[in-house]
Amino acid sequence: MIGLNHYLLLGAVLFCLSIAGIIINRKNVIVLLMCIELMLLAVNVNFIAFSRFNAEVSGQVFVFFILTVAAAEAAIGLAILVTLFRNRRTINVAEMDSLKG
Amino acid sequence: MDSSQLSTLQLLIIALAPLFGAVMAGFFGKQIGRSGAHAVTILGVAVSCALSCQVLYQLYTGQADPFNQNIYTFYQIGNYSAHIGFMIDNLTAMMMVVVTFVSLLVHVYTIGYMEEDPGYQRFFSYISLFTFSMLMLVMSNNFLQLFFGWEAVGLVSYLLIGFWYKRPTAIFANLKAFLVNRVGDFGFLLGIAAILYSYGSLDYAEVFTRLSVSAQAAFTYIPQWHPTVFGHTFNLLDAHSTTVITFICICLFIGAMGKSAQVPLHVWLPDSMEGPTPISALIHAATMVTAGIFMVARMSPMFELSETALQFVLFIGATTAFFTGLMGIVQNDIKRVVAYSTLSQLGYMTVALGVSAYSGAVFHLMTHAFFKALLFLAAGSVIIGMHHEQDMRKMGGLKKYMPITYWTSLIGTLALTGFPFLSGYYSKDMIIEATHLATEGGSWINQYAYWSVLLGVFITSFYSFRLFYLTFHGEERFRDNEHAHAEIAHNEHKQDDHAHETHAHDEHAGDDGHHHGPHVPHESPLVVTLPLILLAIPSVIVGFLTIGPMLFGEFFSGAITVNGEHQWFAKIAEEFGGVDGIALHVGLHFYAAPAFWLAFSGFALATYIYLFNIDVAKKCQKIFALPIRVLENKYGMDDLWIKGFAGGGIALGKTVAKYVDAKIIDGFFVDGTAMLIDRTAGLVRQIQSGRLYIYAFAMILGLIALLALLIRNLAL
Repeated sequence: MIGLNHYLLLGAVLFCLSIAGIIINRKNVIVLLMCIELMLLAVNVNFIAFSRFNAEVSGQVFVFFILTVAAAEAAIGLAILVTLFRNRRTINVAEMDSLKG
Repeated sequence: MDSSQLSTLQLLIIALAPLFGAVMAGFFGKQIGRSGAHAVTILGVAVSCALSCQVLYQLYTGQADPFNQNIYTFYQIGNYSAHIGFMIDNLTAMMMVVVTFVSLLVHVYTIGYMEEDPGYQRFFSYISLFTFSMLMLVMSNNFLQLFFGWEAVGLVSYLLIGFWYKRPTAIFANLKAFLVNRVGDFGFLLGIAAILYSYGSLDYAEVFTRLSVSAQAAFTYIPQWHPTVFGHTFNLLDAHSTTVITFICICLFIGAMGKSAQVPLHVWLPDSMEGPTPISALIHAATMVTAGIFMVARMSPMFELSETALQFVLFIGATTAFFTGLMGIVQNDIKRVVAYSTLSQLGYMTVALGVSAYSGAVFHLMTHAFFKALLFLAAGSVIIGMHHEQDMRKMGGLKKYMPITYWTSLIGTLALTGFPFLSGYYSKDMIIEATHLATEGGSWINQYAYWSVLLGVFITSFYSFRLFYLTFHGEERFRDNEHAHAEIAHNEHKQDDHAHETHAHDEHAGDDGHHHGPHVPHESPLVVTLPLILLAIPSVIVGFLTIGPMLFGEFFSGAITVNGEHQWFAKIAEEFGGVDGIALHVGLHFYAAPAFWLAFSGFALATYIYLFNIDVAKKCQKIFALPIRVLENKYGMDDLWIKGFAGGGIALGKTVAKYVDAKIIDGFFVDGTAMLIDRTAGLVRQIQSGRLYIYAFAMILGLIALLALLIRNLAL
């Protein structure tokens, strides 16, 4: 029987994966964006699971909002990415250190 | 006669009229022009002078009571409030008349003396400003205003000594005057601070009442101060109350030493002769330098309480009177001789203060103001006549060219040397008599002072007649070195292109500058000779007229306090058999006083040497080469101040700049701080790597830490 814990565990694993992706990844900005998306989805899984098991619908409403925001964010993020690439001819994360002290 | 108050408005006009003139001439000099400048300033001072005379008349005849009132509150801090107010009694009124009268004549004289100077309006503005400052000084009813006037006259003196600011010597002299006065003012300020600390007020009347109360009631007003150091408690202020008074008096007198040019702070006065001659007459002879004398006389209730301070005053005064007079003998610059004479006479006044003969000091101050202003203005007239030649060795025989200057100078010289019935005779003789009486039962300082002032008479007479004969009698030496003079004058002219050489154009019309033919001295114009005549009159009669009320009468009662045993003038009056007609009695007794015979021998010696047998002077110069060198070097006093104190100060400054400033302040504190910050930042900036994943990692770690904390708290 699949219970709440399994869903929460799945969410946690996804979240950790995405964090690891952000920290470990040193090449590609797109991967960073994907990791952020994944993070939001991990949160969504938690929301859905709690909503289902608490018989509370507001969690699912939240998920719709998050999905919308995530879509918008992805669009803006990719747009920035395109501009970034135009300007710097690279999307390598390791090279983006102009704020270095 | 019903006595009434003096009008505040009248007093305000007296003080502010010269200020108005100064502002007009100073700020609107271009608009009102030369004649406007001298008209407005002379008018201001004339108004002031007339009203001052009226005040003196009202006070003297008893139509008005002495005035003591605050007019404006400057500020208030806690229990202390600073006021601007006037204290007008006979002493003040007399000073006001002397100041405004001499100032008025000097204003008139300046029209002639500064005729061609480009700084004409500036000069009038300064001397009017001086009159205002001096009036504020004498009319003040509190120490703060006194100090204001004190500093203001110092400032004007500085400005005027350096009036010809393109001359390096003038700049040196005015800086010297200012710095030496700072030394005195420092003491003065300390004295004022001590008064405020000890008596809680700066108002004259208030301080004097508290003084007498505290003198009886063991100084309850003096704050108790028992500092504890290493377990020992010290009583610093309560036990020896006279110590406090002595401290205050000596501090105040140090201020007077600076302003009134007493040894060893006298060095600035001879150098101040770099200023234009009217200034030498007004500021550096007649009025400003007597401010110290006036101040001590004003503080007589305080000085009377401290025998030590009076002895100190006496010692300084006696030294000044004798030793500065000696220096006058070896000077060749006509103005410098008069300057050393001024120093010596200021010494006489200080001696009078030291033996508690305050009224004698003030009396001499007044007579001296007239005859010394006269002598200076006469010297100025000679300088005009000689086309700005000041060296007496190049003069001689001016009698027939400048008759008015000659006769007025003769009057001034006789008054200075103490010719019977002239004003200087009365004032100087009374000081000597008082000093003589004080030697009975006095200390060695009293003896020293007596002999100093007595021998000083001989010296005064000698150098005065030396100046007189070298200038007006003998051969006409200005003809000998026309060529040399023309060259010197030419060089001078190059050095400073101020047209301060005032030529009489009616005689040298068409000549350009100094390149004219034989130098025939000429009598000065009326604006110059008129003040001489007007000053000669009081130089003759003022002593005879005023000695009765001022020294033996009640003129200064209430203004000057003298202890019972110091009433020398009362004793003198007894000797002369009462106060009635004492002026005549004193005058007729000249043969009995040693001072007269000393003055006469000085006169005789000078007459012999400089009138009949000038070769003796040259022989004496060889015989007395060493003492003359000492005198010409001013006893090394100048060197002491310039090389010793000023040079030492510069050396100390350089050392401090090199080691303390460069090494410690700059090296350690300023650069050290910068280096510390630089190094710390160098370490800290390693954290700011600019790499996104490290920031993200740090964020996660932070989040985890915060969550851990939160959860732990919730669990607890």
